[in-house]
Amino acid sequence: MNLKISALDYVQEVKNGNISAEDFVAKTLEQIHRVDDKLHAFLSVNENAVEQAREIDKKIKSGKKIGDCFGMPISIKDNLCIKESKTTCASKMLENFIAPYDATVIAKLKEQDAIFVGKVNMDEFAMGLTTEFSAFGPSKNPWNLEYVPGGSSGGSAVSVSAFECVASLGSDTGGSVRNPASFCSTVGYKPTYGLISRYGLISYANSIEQIGPLTRTVKDTAFMLNLISGVDSKDNTTIDNNNEDYLLGINSGIEGKKIGIIKEMIGEGIDPAVLSATKEAISKLEGLGATCEEISLDMVKYSVAAYYTITATEAGSNLARYDNLRYGYDFPVEGYEFNSYISKARRNFGPEVKRRMILGGFVPSAGHAGKYFLKALKVKSKLTKEVNEAFKKFDLLIAPTVPILPFKLGEKINDPISLFLVDINTVTANLTGKPAISIPFSHSRGLPIGIQLLADSNKDKLLLQAAYALEQTVSLPEVPI
Amino acid sequence: MTMIGLEIHCQLTNLQSKLFCSCKANYREFEINENICPICMGLPGSLPRLNKEAVKKATIIAMALNCSTPEKIAFFRKNYFYPDLPKNFQITQLNIYGDTSVGGPGSIMVGNKKIRITRIQLEEDPGRLIYEGSSSKNQITLVDYNRAGTPLVEIVTEPDFETPKEVRDFLNILSDLLENLGVSDPSLEGAMRADANVSIKGGKKVEIKNIGSFHDLEKAVHFEITRQESLSSRDISIIQETRHWDDKRKITVSARSKEEELDYRYFLEGDIPWIKIEPQIQEQLKLEMPESISSKKERYVSKYNIPSQVAEVLSSDKFYSDLFEESHNEKTAKEIANIITTDLMGLVDTREKRESSKLTATHLRELAELIQSGKISRNSSKNALYEIVKTGKELSIIISELDLGNVSDTAELSNIIQQVISEEPQAVEEAKTNPQTINYLVGKVMQKTKGKADPKVTLDLLKKQIGVQ
Repeated sequence: MNLKISALDYVQEVKNGNISAEDFVAKTLEQIHRVDDKLHAFLSVNENAVEQAREIDKKIKSGKKIGDCFGMPISIKDNLCIKESKTTCASKMLENFIAPYDATVIAKLKEQDAIFVGKVNMDEFAMGLTTEFSAFGPSKNPWNLEYVPGGSSGGSAVSVSAFECVASLGSDTGGSVRNPASFCSTVGYKPTYGLISRYGLISYANSIEQIGPLTRTVKDTAFMLNLISGVDSKDNTTIDNNNEDYLLGINSGIEGKKIGIIKEMIGEGIDPAVLSATKEAISKLEGLGATCEEISLDMVKYSVAAYYTITATEAGSNLARYDNLRYGYDFPVEGYEFNSYISKARRNFGPEVKRRMILGGFVPSAGHAGKYFLKALKVKSKLTKEVNEAFKKFDLLIAPTVPILPFKLGEKINDPISLFLVDINTVTANLTGKPAISIPFSHSRGLPIGIQLLADSNKDKLLLQAAYALEQTVSLPEVPI
Repeated sequence: MTMIGLEIHCQLTNLQSKLFCSCKANYREFEINENICPICMGLPGSLPRLNKEAVKKATIIAMALNCSTPEKIAFFRKNYFYPDLPKNFQITQLNIYGDTSVGGPGSIMVGNKKIRITRIQLEEDPGRLIYEGSSSKNQITLVDYNRAGTPLVEIVTEPDFETPKEVRDFLNILSDLLENLGVSDPSLEGAMRADANVSIKGGKKVEIKNIGSFHDLEKAVHFEITRQESLSSRDISIIQETRHWDDKRKITVSARSKEEELDYRYFLEGDIPWIKIEPQIQEQLKLEMPESISSKKERYVSKYNIPSQVAEVLSSDKFYSDLFEESHNEKTAKEIANIITTDLMGLVDTREKRESSKLTATHLRELAELIQSGKISRNSSKNALYEIVKTGKELSIIISELDLGNVSDTAELSNIIQQVISEEPQAVEEAKTNPQTINYLVGKVMQKTKGKADPKVTLDLLKKQIGVQ
């Protein structure tokens, strides 16, 4: 049984009767049991998955209508609610929280007969880029176990990369899908803001984050997008995409397309290997008939500062509800006055979450908002204007997903400022609401390098077409797991 | 000069669902914590889903208070920790980044005085705290979240009031107005609450919170003015602070200074996109607005010649004016207005009595017609009305069951009068010289007919039979 096949191939194989969902899911669980001790992608594994797959096989045999996933095993980041399953956000605060409802994306995938093999690791409340801030221990990079897998959707990227599932759902607030995708050599997608319902995604910075798929191929991402995108009455920020079929015409090519190379994202501090990979990608795109030209986005230099100011503000508010009164972990209230209880209960947050909430209490506060929060909003709107201008001239923008190679576990955890700069190439898409994708492109010193493409709002289809074209030029080694 | 400003919270009790979820806006009929869902409990991953009807109703309130209504509105988060607040922030509105609340500046006349409205905002009500245990040491706090997320409209006034009476008059007008708009039932417990800002000449502004009813609001304002004046007369300076209304002792007490230092860190609620209320929609809402109380009053006076005072009472109460509108025609209007304001109001003077009343518009119309055609006396009509409210039976049945029909047969009435004349010879003699005594005789006839005789007809017949002018 080949666990390495793509989602579309899986579906085809089951359709053709070459494999059964039960066998495939059983083998996937075996793989999880075999490798996850080392990798720690999973926080919980669905032990009923095989049984659920058997039911789907039965449905297929009986000729009943079957959903598009045909029992495909998918992993889910642990900040997405699955009814009656633990949803911890990799936090001690939610260690025992069992979601009483399905996120919209989960409900949609259930309808399409997907199987959730388990909930995967992340930085606590999605705050971080290495999974080292998970309260339950970090995940490891399958390409080299001493290295971080990226984050915050590290568990998603690891599980796709190490064949512990066929595809995964993560969330991307400032690069949290694209960054681990780049570090683990998978495709990672951050759609146009509003394309996928966030209902059931535990908010970190709700005004800029999106759920996104991590897959083996660009086509798989298009396939997943077909299943989970679209307007949702439960999320007022969703947009109507008229049931767009992202697979249709994905091989249209990029001839005649204009691509802008973002100057600020290939500048100071970039790893030479990443720079040369980027140049190679550009020449390949040109070889496919696109024209590439440098463009300067002046506001990018303030983007990380603005990003942390805005996300801290929203996080401070979004995470205020975790006062342990209505749900949470075991800590009796008797004998406490409200304020002393919650301040004690909230000590269970990890250090990074505390750091950002303290920041979030400060930057929008009276007397400081003008200097920090409102200024950050100004940067956001100026950056958006700049990027909108750029898309008048260009169809797409290109930059490395992360300007540096994956680094070792523990290497940067005590240096939050240098960690923050790892975000420099990814936060622009979030602050501006634009779609962006990371494509596995190259390797250096045995570590993956991803290339990022961005498109204008609602041009997700064009973005996938370009990503697909670039992907076809790439040949990569197998993951050493 | 004394300056009083108000912040009035009014629940949109007539809506079907809460502001951001499909739980019931009418939470009062539920067992504790039964009217809740992941959204109003702020469970991880849930998102607010705006109730568009609430936006319409709040806009209508703004229009009725002559407030400006912006074309685009936004929601903000007000961040603070409190056990009745499931998300530990409240979704509300704000005008600090431009006019983005449902209502901007406006005004309303209270008597001859113009009270300025600062703004009107739509927000969610928190849950309800229930304290158990006597001493503060053993006290426990229970939370009922059934109310959490109920649509609430906050009406903020400028400090234009000078006396508690002006405050009361304003609140009466406002509560009638809200009821007339069909957006709220102010008689429901907790449907309308208020905070007040009070300052006297030379003193700082004091905010009074936690006032549970309009009745107490007037008292609290009165207490606070007296307190401040007494301090001032002893040359003690009045500090700016927040005070709580102590419902049991009927005094205001200083809140801990901590509460005053709260910084709400307002920022835009990203989960609810800006809402456009375009001019066409605003025009449509204006057209759908119910007729105002003052316009009703004017119409009652000019069209039906109803006395101004009666018209005022009738128009200001939605329950009665709705009954009136449904039952009257040009001929019966005055009579029905009369029945409602002199008889019915006494019979259904509480919320419970109104709810259990079986009276319909048909009853009222028939009753008025019978009075006008002389088939029932005004006196008997009161008894009939009492029976209608109680039983809801058809008027004709009630009249025959209780034998309330007028003694309209002149021959029968003459016989009864003849009886009275023979029984009261002395009075009859007196009546010939003293017109007052004739009323005594009319009374006797009424007694014998159990009030079914028409007093005017009786008087005429009596005079004729005794032989006085």
